[in-house]
Amino acid sequence: MTDGTTPITGPIRHPISRADVEHVARLARLALTDAEVERLTADLAAVLAHAADVAALDLDGVPPTAHPLPLRNVLRDDEVRPTLDRAEVLAAAPVAEDGRFRVPRILDPS
Amino acid sequence: MSAATEIAAAVRAGRRTARDVLEEHLARIDARESEVHAFNLVLADEARVAADAVDAAVAAGADPGPLAGVPIALKDNLCTRGVPTTCSSRILAGWRPPYDATVVLRVVAAGGVVVGKTNLDEFAMGSSTENSAFGPTRNPRDVSRVPGGSSGGSAAAVAAGFAPLALGSDTGGSIRQPAALCGTVGVKPTYGAVSRYGLVAFASSLDQIGPFAGSVADAALLLDVIAGPDPLDSTSSPRVPAALGPVLGAGVAGLRVGLIDELVDAEGVEPEVRDAVGRAAAALEAAGATVERVSVPSVVYGISAYYLIAPAEASSNLARYDGVRYGLRVDGDDVATMNARTRDAGFGPEVKRRIMLGTYALSAGYYDAYYGKAQRVRTLITRDFARAYERFDALLSPTSPTVAFPLGAKADDPLAMYLSDVCTIPTNLAGHAAASVPFGTGRDGLPVGVQVLVDAEQEPTMFRVMQVLEEQAS
Repeated sequence: MTDGTTPITGPIRHPISRADVEHVARLARLALTDAEVERLTADLAAVLAHAADVAALDLDGVPPTAHPLPLRNVLRDDEVRPTLDRAEVLAAAPVAEDGRFRVPRILDPS
Repeated sequence: MSAATEIAAAVRAGRRTARDVLEEHLARIDARESEVHAFNLVLADEARVAADAVDAAVAAGADPGPLAGVPIALKDNLCTRGVPTTCSSRILAGWRPPYDATVVLRVVAAGGVVVGKTNLDEFAMGSSTENSAFGPTRNPRDVSRVPGGSSGGSAAAVAAGFAPLALGSDTGGSIRQPAALCGTVGVKPTYGAVSRYGLVAFASSLDQIGPFAGSVADAALLLDVIAGPDPLDSTSSPRVPAALGPVLGAGVAGLRVGLIDELVDAEGVEPEVRDAVGRAAAALEAAGATVERVSVPSVVYGISAYYLIAPAEASSNLARYDGVRYGLRVDGDDVATMNARTRDAGFGPEVKRRIMLGTYALSAGYYDAYYGKAQRVRTLITRDFARAYERFDALLSPTSPTVAFPLGAKADDPLAMYLSDVCTIPTNLAGHAAASVPFGTGRDGLPVGVQVLVDAEQEPTMFRVMQVLEEQAS
């Protein structure tokens, strides 16, 4: 998997390994250097070790909080309103063409 | 001392011009900005145009508003249309947003004069403003030390007299901790009290915009301008918040204040900081409040829960920096390679660390053990606060365990840096309000901040406590 292309199937091993970091980097779309992988393996292990206090708590029956406000389906009237200016938005793009964002190919031609 | 309030009154009455006020502040920026580096961008020309417009309005008999002619600095993660907004990241260098943040529009509509965009830890991730792609900000009280972070540039701008007001954002303490370290007032309002529209997202369930000011009255002035519902932010509270101006001067007689055991006695709290909190408690008692110790047991899990939840949300929010629609692009043969190269080149080390941590915490097999547990801890903390607020109107703690530390002191130890936020994080997890008020000095004569915490939407009570502390500190 060090070539960054082999899919991972089994569960991530613990404690966090270099291979775990490389796997997570692929999920996060980060082309890390070897030195970065090494540093992050140590850093993530330290933070996760600190989080062991939370991971060890017995919290069955305590509901999770995803958000501080009890908001549900905040709706507004469905009316036509001005949106961002298309030319202004495209002017900020690294590459634009024919009124659209241009990107490298997504699908393998073969 | 209430510089902004006095400036606005003088400009509205025609006793002083906004242009004159602005030039005085630009001169201070000229004199010290090279050593402080509070700003990523100083908008001198744009500010002169804005100040002249305020003066023209006054000359025409119109009222420019409650911030008439008051210079204000904006954290550089607040979108300003057509004006570079970088988040102190290489990945957004040169980006000019196509829209303004709601808070920016409200400040300008109230007559405020934007003087510049302030430096921050990249994407607001940090506690020292050292994680900026454009170099660190230094503490105006001692330039060998950090100003705190992530809103270090905004705190330094107010402390150095570059602007009487500034806006920052607070996800785990990023307004309150730098306010404490620089000796200014800093307020994290209740979640939803201030629109986040146009604030570049870090952790959306925790982020909140708030004011920095040289005085409690000035902080109230700015918060009254920016708070209130916004149809562009579906998480802004639909309730119109109570105005703070009228409560100023109300005092604390009869208020019940609790001193949080777990935060006063937290590991790493310096003795001088603990003493300052004790003196603050005594000052409130002398002013007619009752003060007792209170235990909020689950706050001890705040740091662990926060450093799973915030990175998890960040890893999702920062997925948008992919080299497609704005900012940096590093080319690759296919889109995935382009995305990954762009992100490796564009993000700094701390941002990568948080994205990796968050992606890991959300990944298959670990979601329940880390992110799910952290969300349940968030419930525990909220419940513990609710119990405390049955008995108390406001709570008290240190803001930061230490005074400002030297540049580089914690730069190589992420966990040590994260512990800077031990006292401020619980408020964000609960979605409540809290503020830091300067209260005396600690080691090496550096400012100490005392934190005042209140339940959601209890800002009026918080400002009453803050103002008494301000009076008693001097």
